[in-house]
Amino acid sequence: MWGKVVHVLVITVFTVLLAFPFYWMVITSFKQNVDLYTMENNPFVFNAKPTLDHLKFLFTETRFVRWLANTTFVGIVVVAITLVLAVPAAYSLARLSGRWGERLGIAIFLTYLVPQTLLFIPLSRVVAYLGLQDSLWALILVYPSFTVPFSIWLLMGFFKSIPKELEDAAMVDGLTRFGAFAKMVIPISTSGILTVVIFTFTLVTQEFVYALTFISSESNQMIGTGIPIFLVRGDVYYWGALMAACLIASLPIAFLYNLFLDRFIAGFTVGAVK
Amino acid sequence: MAVVETRSLTKVFKEGELGAVNSVNLETREGEFLVFLGPSGSGKTTLLRMIAGLETPTSGEILIGGRVVNDLSPRDRRIAMVFQSYALYPHLSVYKNIAFPLKAQKVKKDLHKQKVEWAASLLGIGALLDRKPRELSGGERQRVALARAIVREPAVFLLDEPLSNLDAKLRASAREELERFHRRVGTTTIYVTHDQVEAMAMGDRVLVLNKGVVHQLGTPTEVYDNPADTFVATFLGSPPMNLAELSDVIVGFRPEHFRPVSSVNGEAVAFRFKVENIEYLGSEWIVSGTPASGKLGGQKVFSRLNSAQDLSLGGTYDFAVPQCELKFFDRSTEKRVEPKVVSWQ
Ligand SMILES: Nc1ncnc2c1ncn2[C@@H]1O[C@H](COP(=O)(O)OP(=O)(O)O)[C@@H](O)[C@H]1O
Ligand SMILES: [Mg+2]
Repeated sequence: MWGKVVHVLVITVFTVLLAFPFYWMVITSFKQNVDLYTMENNPFVFNAKPTLDHLKFLFTETRFVRWLANTTFVGIVVVAITLVLAVPAAYSLARLSGRWGERLGIAIFLTYLVPQTLLFIPLSRVVAYLGLQDSLWALILVYPSFTVPFSIWLLMGFFKSIPKELEDAAMVDGLTRFGAFAKMVIPISTSGILTVVIFTFTLVTQEFVYALTFISSESNQMIGTGIPIFLVRGDVYYWGALMAACLIASLPIAFLYNLFLDRFIAGFTVGAVK
Repeated sequence: MAVVETRSLTKVFKEGELGAVNSVNLETREGEFLVFLGPSGSGKTTLLRMIAGLETPTSGEILIGGRVVNDLSPRDRRIAMVFQSYALYPHLSVYKNIAFPLKAQKVKKDLHKQKVEWAASLLGIGALLDRKPRELSGGERQRVALARAIVREPAVFLLDEPLSNLDAKLRASAREELERFHRRVGTTTIYVTHDQVEAMAMGDRVLVLNKGVVHQLGTPTEVYDNPADTFVATFLGSPPMNLAELSDVIVGFRPEHFRPVSSVNGEAVAFRFKVENIEYLGSEWIVSGTPASGKLGGQKVFSRLNSAQDLSLGGTYDFAVPQCELKFFDRSTEKRVEPKVVSWQ
């Protein structure tokens, strides 16, 4: 009985806590400026008629759609590069005999921990040398430097949890060495691969330092930089448009997370419970 | 069906170390049930995996059906293997597990259903086809693994301790089922186990391995009654053969041949025997103790009897072994030698 009460209570608290930002974004997006800036109003409800002005502003007066497209493009390419590099690397490290596989895996993971604030200066030299200033390709080049190590580390756990006998069985049953990897190991690791995809994509949409350093023109901005640069002019915050932009940008990711929630949890907890 | 043959087959994992398998020569017979028997770590799995093509031999040859297959990949050897863990594909249903070899070997699609159903009904798992492996009991998993192995009618079956994950009761019935199954399909089968009871019960012949070396290849009666050396003599039988060092030979005799003198006929060797422990096992009694005098004095000796009711702990009795049941082994090589006249006193 009490257990149930506590259960419901905890869930309620977390639901309110997590849903509140979304509620705030939605209500702010549709509030008239008068309503927003009148201090005497109750901020949690509409005090004047809702309006579509902020959305109109966002889509007509800024390059918001272009930023969304840029982010999607960079996200997809980086996800592809990450998978192509991390899947074979993680598999080889996981199957390497002795303790070297694990040591190398940890060494690779450590590179993920080097802060970007330390790396953006040397990397900007690299980007300049390659003539990629103010190009999305600069981001496509540098993002894998942190998505790949993390993904290798995550996938290694997955591949290690797959008994080698499964591959042996698949080979006896008629697959080649590569076939056993592609048709046995990969399908069994769907959770891990999905986790890598979502995680990588999220990192790309959130990244700020590199996007700010390497991109300058308005039409090449990513969502994470375009919004704060162009919706905060001097000390004027376009609150309605800002909230609308954040809402639109976060919905697809929230949706993805929920769609694959179970697999995502499995992805991060693999090996935690045998 | 096919014959499996190995010639001086050797596997060394780490250079400079002793091989996991050392120069093994063996030849199965057509349709035979051959058992590899040995303690854990004796190289049974390694030998089997080399035959399957999952492990590359350091030297030597493997022949299946008269053809050298060293350079063939596992899928080209026409073998099927059942692993100790069963290695069922966790993401596929039982049906898809069984159909997997057919799909991988590009058997015509319209034959799949019929073949899967044939294999499933042979093993009595027709009702489980829609389940996932994790929803099956140990015994059911083992059957699915077998069904997957027979579905494409391989030339040779390789089974690596397929019963070791089952509980004792299930193991006995699964053993019987496997034997029946082998008689029915008649495919040459190599079966790995560390359990001597399984080996004796199932094998047409038994290959006894230790430390990668073949100690003996023979029928169950041959390896039990005529062990080639002291390892085979003591590995088979429970309790094992009694061994005694007498001058330049080792003499051995089975516990069941060491009995009260009244029940021994013909020429025999007699001892005074002090009983130190009696175990009642239902159908038999295991009595252990030490001979009171002579060269065996003080050494522990086992006797297996149908009844030990007239023996009591601490008592001393007259026991004897028939002369014809004594086995003789060379003291330095530990290999079997011709019977000799020895002094027991
Ligand atoms: N992949 C391997 N790498 C190194 N040593 C191995 C490997 N596989 C088996 N061995 C060694 O070879 C020996 C025989 O092992 P195995 O064939 O598994 O024995 P069994 O199946 O009879 O228990 C053991 O000493 C084992 O440690
Ligand atoms: Mg083994």
